[in-house]
Amino acid sequence: MTPRRTQGPAWLRELRRRPAGIFGSIVIILLVASAVVSSFWTPVDPFYADPFHPWLGPSLAHLLGTDAVGKDIFSYLFLGSRTTLLVAAGSSVVATVVGIALAALGALTGRWLRETIAVIVDILIAFPVLLIAVMLTAVLGPSLVNVVIAVGIGFGVNIARVSRGEIRRVARTDYVLAARAAGVGPWRNLVDHIFPNIAPVFIVQLSLAAGVAILSEAGLSFLGYGADPGTASWGRMLHDLQNYITLYPLTAVWPGVAIGLTVLGFNLFGDALREATDPRLLAGSDGPMDRRSSRRRRKAATP
Amino acid sequence: MTRFLATRALLLLVGLAVAAILIFFTLRVLPGDVALTIGGTQATPEQIAHIRRSLGLDQPVLVQFGDWVAGLLHGDLGQSLLTGVPVADDIGRALTVTLPLAGLSLVFGLAIGIPLGVVSAVRHRRFSGFAISAAAQAVAAIPIVFIGMLLAVGVGLYLRWLPVQGFPNAGWANPRRAFDSLILPALSIALVEGAVLLRFTRSAALEAMSQDFVRTAAAKGMTRTRALVTHGLPNVILSVVSVLGIQLAALLVGAVLVEVVFQLPGLGKALVDDVGNRDLVKVQGELLVITALILVVGFVVDVVHRLVDPRERQADGDLE
Repeated sequence: MTPRRTQGPAWLRELRRRPAGIFGSIVIILLVASAVVSSFWTPVDPFYADPFHPWLGPSLAHLLGTDAVGKDIFSYLFLGSRTTLLVAAGSSVVATVVGIALAALGALTGRWLRETIAVIVDILIAFPVLLIAVMLTAVLGPSLVNVVIAVGIGFGVNIARVSRGEIRRVARTDYVLAARAAGVGPWRNLVDHIFPNIAPVFIVQLSLAAGVAILSEAGLSFLGYGADPGTASWGRMLHDLQNYITLYPLTAVWPGVAIGLTVLGFNLFGDALREATDPRLLAGSDGPMDRRSSRRRRKAATP
Repeated sequence: MTRFLATRALLLLVGLAVAAILIFFTLRVLPGDVALTIGGTQATPEQIAHIRRSLGLDQPVLVQFGDWVAGLLHGDLGQSLLTGVPVADDIGRALTVTLPLAGLSLVFGLAIGIPLGVVSAVRHRRFSGFAISAAAQAVAAIPIVFIGMLLAVGVGLYLRWLPVQGFPNAGWANPRRAFDSLILPALSIALVEGAVLLRFTRSAALEAMSQDFVRTAAAKGMTRTRALVTHGLPNVILSVVSVLGIQLAALLVGAVLVEVVFQLPGLGKALVDDVGNRDLVKVQGELLVITALILVVGFVVDVVHRLVDPRERQADGDLE
């Protein structure tokens, strides 16, 4: 009956059974691996400009060729994965903290504060992430931190809204009621019983937040308001290469493909995870059960 | 219905007020002196003091906020710090590009998303259905600016079917040319938003197909597709309407990016330029107009949803 033990393996097993889940996991693992490796080693120094050899075609020395000032495109792309990962991870963490804090406040406090928070969340949801980021840029100047804060706030309220319903659902289950009857305080109940049971929902939202963060970084850096010139970033590459896309169309394709594949990976991972932890299969009043037992039960019910 | 309208309108007003407060105080209170920013690094202290006076920055913040709101209520958004032109005029002109762009994107997005979503649901066990939804997943992951660049180069430059970039200086004086220059930008937004709408439509259609009345219609001899289209489609459309508010907000944000890619003189391009120019009075006005648009659209979509969805009408009374 301890949810943490039965649920974890159950959804992991489900995840491994889905192509989308496998693809998503591979993309995320590759992103982390290349972010780590590129921090220590890249084939060529990504910032080394060789103005005598611009626009070289792909070769063994330059896997994807060189750009307008003779920088190695592959190495720059490789190192860009680190920026992408940092933005995605940072944004997700901030968004989760904001989301959990708002959700917990909404769950624990009295009616008035709860309703006020609900209204504020409903209003803030209307503010698009990119607009928040542009607003912060207007004040703080261009920086990737703006993206992290903007996604943190903009997506955090999304997480708060989704988890609001989930918390309500779990709070009505028998084991939470039983714990309350046994004298467990609301805060303890939240940490011990409610959060572990909505953890999969959080992880789904996290992977979606990562996708939003990567696209926002790309958009903002494209506008020239994201990564500074000393930071390798895929969005910045799109920005730098757009002027040459007519002459050297392939060069601008690489960052576009890299961003697309990474976001696709995070989205598919989130989708697969959502299916694997479908709340409709977990919604039994006797608390979470793994999917297999519910399937067995359904089979037993139909003659 | 009256009660719903009243509560929802109140939420809209509160939303507009919160937006005004957030935008004003974020731009004023966060670190960074507006006068110093405008003056630049070469400004003397006297110049800074002059700028501060002329902007009313020597007044208490609350007085400044009051002045701004009082101006807003009269449709006065202040003057551009750079050109001195009334911000409201500039925004009005920019909207003649942004609003048609958003409208066209919505039409394209719905035309892509709904039919393909229904097809992919009907054929969800066949390869074609899988291929459509897989393609939608992939397109939804591509940055909108990248799609814009590809369309500009592919359709505009190589095929030479449509203008690559820009908007006629004369605006809508030559409607045909103005319309042509909006097609590719609108298509860039519509591909991404259409992909998202497709996925909503698909899951709504799949759900409708498992409803008893659609199954019954199929059992009585209708083909599955016909049963879905004649009996299930209203439900599908209603689900799409319910997410349209969020999608329209996403569409406006897409317009900001696409206007930069295609160099269209719309609200998004103006916002990005003015952030670069540190024209904070204009930025403030533009941010407010964009968020107001999003909030009003959300309100309208909610009211329409309430009006057309009989289930919502029955559950009259509370907001949720």
